Amino acid sequence: MDLTLKIWRQKNNSDKGNFKEYKLGGVSKDMSFLEMLDVLNEELSEKGEDPVHFDHDCREGICGMCSLYINGKPHGPQQTTTCQLHMRSFNDGETITIEPWRAKSFPVMKDLVVDRSAFDRIIQAGGYVSVNTGGVPDANEIPIPKILADQAMDAAQCIGCGACVAACKNASAMLFTSAKISQLALLPQGQVERKRRAEQMVAQMDAEGFGACTNTGACEAECPKSISISNIARMNREYFTAVVSSENL
Amino acid sequence: MILDSKIPEGSLAEKWTKHKFNVKLVNPANKRKYDVIVVGTGLAGASAAASLAELGYNVKAFCFQDSPRRAHSIAAQGGINAAKNYQNDGDSVYRLFYDTIKGGDYRAREANVYRLAEVSVNIIDQCVAQGVPFAREYGGLLANRSFGGAQVSRTFYARGQTGQQLLLGAYSALSRQVANGKVKLYPRTEMMDVVLVDGKARGIITRNLITGAVESHSAHAVLLCTGGYGNVFFLSTNAMGSNVTAAWRAHKKGALMANPCFTQIHPTCIPVSGDHQSKLTLMSESLRNDGRVWVPATQVIAEKLRKGQIQANDIKEEDRDYFLERKYPSFGNLVPRDVASRNAKYVCDEGRGVNETGEAVFLDFRDAIIRDGKSVIEAKYGNLFDMYQQITGEDPYKVPMMIYPAVHYTMGGLWVDYNLMTNVPGLYALGEANFSDHGANRLGASALMQGLADGYFVIPYTVGDYLAQSPSTKITTDHPDFLKAEKEVKDRIQKLLSIKGEKTVDFFHKKLGKIMWEYCGMARNEEGLKKAKAMIKELKSEFWSNVKVLGENEELNQSLEKAHRVADFLELGELMVDDALNRNESCGGHFREEYQTPEGEALRDDENFAYVAAWKYLGEGQEEELVKEPLKFENVKLTQRSYK
Repeated sequence: MDLTLKIWRQKNNSDKGNFKEYKLGGVSKDMSFLEMLDVLNEELSEKGEDPVHFDHDCREGICGMCSLYINGKPHGPQQTTTCQLHMRSFNDGETITIEPWRAKSFPVMKDLVVDRSAFDRIIQAGGYVSVNTGGVPDANEIPIPKILADQAMDAAQCIGCGACVAACKNASAMLFTSAKISQLALLPQGQVERKRRAEQMVAQMDAEGFGACTNTGACEAECPKSISISNIARMNREYFTAVVSSENL
Repeated sequence: MILDSKIPEGSLAEKWTKHKFNVKLVNPANKRKYDVIVVGTGLAGASAAASLAELGYNVKAFCFQDSPRRAHSIAAQGGINAAKNYQNDGDSVYRLFYDTIKGGDYRAREANVYRLAEVSVNIIDQCVAQGVPFAREYGGLLANRSFGGAQVSRTFYARGQTGQQLLLGAYSALSRQVANGKVKLYPRTEMMDVVLVDGKARGIITRNLITGAVESHSAHAVLLCTGGYGNVFFLSTNAMGSNVTAAWRAHKKGALMANPCFTQIHPTCIPVSGDHQSKLTLMSESLRNDGRVWVPATQVIAEKLRKGQIQANDIKEEDRDYFLERKYPSFGNLVPRDVASRNAKYVCDEGRGVNETGEAVFLDFRDAIIRDGKSVIEAKYGNLFDMYQQITGEDPYKVPMMIYPAVHYTMGGLWVDYNLMTNVPGLYALGEANFSDHGANRLGASALMQGLADGYFVIPYTVGDYLAQSPSTKITTDHPDFLKAEKEVKDRIQKLLSIKGEKTVDFFHKKLGKIMWEYCGMARNEEGLKKAKAMIKELKSEFWSNVKVLGENEELNQSLEKAHRVADFLELGELMVDDALNRNESCGGHFREEYQTPEGEALRDDENFAYVAAWKYLGEGQEEELVKEPLKFENVKLTQRSYK
């Protein structure tokens, strides 16, 4: 396949940045999207041009490091991560536009690389069960109904890639935050800190400058791990319950 | 040089308990006077950093990814072993110990492996308490499945994403300590060197991957939790960023590298599809619980299949060779990874491979779907099937999967004693970065176990023992040894940038990978290894005269990052070849063609090679010195490993 790539180039955080067009030939349908970019980068490097910087690591769709806003959609046309997207989803002669995640809370570091440390800080605000290593009960002393364990697992599958934020017109991080709140709210282990967790994580999310949720469902539609928007409903419930009966005086 | 493994006295079952009592303790009020550096935030690193911070030490945690949650432990699929015996099927600490020693083909230390089995049960308790959503039965208790090399069901799992859930558990514990101010995080930071003061590890030099700033960090102990070096093969199941740099720099500063040639080639990966390929994707070993591995019984049928004249489902039952079930009736498709991989290679070498390249075998779920129904199989492996379809474009519910072995894990690593300390005082290696527990072959679902055992349950005791005997005085980073190490790092960066050659970094990496896979991969022989050594030497000298590294240091520069890593892989590759050449026997994943039984199984030489081969760096361009640590087996009898 022969492709035209319109790629966002930005030297660093303070650079203004602009789109640049590249022609790339000989692309095989069996390549992954990132392998296609590898080929482009090899060509650029051979010519002595700065390769296009993008985040990626496991290339198995689980680490959450790859991002890319492809043809106006986070992770491109399929509901998967960019690293699992293959060129068979595109046509010969197509022009593909590639941008970084666009959100104020995810500043661009270079080209397609953004800073998602805001997500780490949301987890640091309460996305854990406060148990130290050792001194915990036997694993089977906490029976958990299978259905709840499965629902918790559905929420826990979030890979923290940020597609939900990129998809949302408000750049809201509610799907990400609610996935962690839900996982722990569903499990007995999470009960003790349930209220505090909801309050603190929501507060941190707001402090990072993420927008509010207006229930358009774009996040769920684009999430590569099919995290359900019902988690947001659960988070709202958790949050309001926590606020009206707050122990956090 | 004599290596002291510091294995405690006493019977196997008492060693760890007694050792825990004998180690020196740091008073709770004094712990805050000590600083510990943890490099890498995978299972070993995150669990160690969190546990040490909980105890009160000041921890600095480093990772090259943008967040500690992305370390490659996250990609582990199948599960984690623990000797809980919840299934009442005869499991015990001793059986897990025995299976692991045997699975490793008797090239691991008894005492370390026993301790691993012993603490395995605590890991599951810890993870459940953190809220890790393990799979459960309807009664609410934990579910188990079985894995290769074992005849009991002792593997705990969270769908096909066990590594993800365990890592997010450890990451949550780490995040809690960041919030508490006990851990300072340094993401997008690469360790470039370790700093020794008076022979002890007292800090590291790092490069900030965003700004290029070279910085010094001082501490009382340094923990390397930096994973394995499978990417020396270019194509592997490792993440693109996984590298040997931290371990290799420590090696060049005096830490011995043990059994570097012990590489695990995983049998169930998606086969290579073309030259553009950047990495290989694993299909979890758990699939072998229900999938049956086969190839056509004859070359003629295989030929037709490769030409597309017939399809897999057209091949009649009597024309299929379920070669693992045929050769190993008692373990069947669940033989250990090295055995499964080697047999896949044999049938493909015979011309019975099933894809266009002839390098693939089938993993077929037809019978399991008929037996259990599609929904049961979907519940167990749905995400893996989806991933397979995403990558290959084929539906594994309808046609058999195609798989082929690929580099997956490295059993070798930095030499450590029973306390996980390298031969450099104050420098520790945890998880895949060390060599200690898996011998010549790792059993499935044991990597997660080891990473968390080291981080949660071993290091908090053993680091304390070391710190209790060290003064709490701090060394500032303007110390001459720090300044010298910093200058060396900066000089190397300048050197790489100034070559301005013609070939890209990836060109060298791919070439090295091909040499390693061809001559130091699934099967090795003396002639090939000697050839490989010469080729690597030549490639290395070409690298340092003709590599093209673009851009500058003072920016995000992925080409420079890769150049550092590939330079180290080139040196490591040569040592792996030396190690494989030295070990004139076959054991586990190390298969020397000259040494095999008449049935083609690995033929060990216990009389001459029951030792850990630890290598000492002697200087640029010099051959490394071999230091042997003899392995003593007091509890298990060394036998020809049999899975028949």
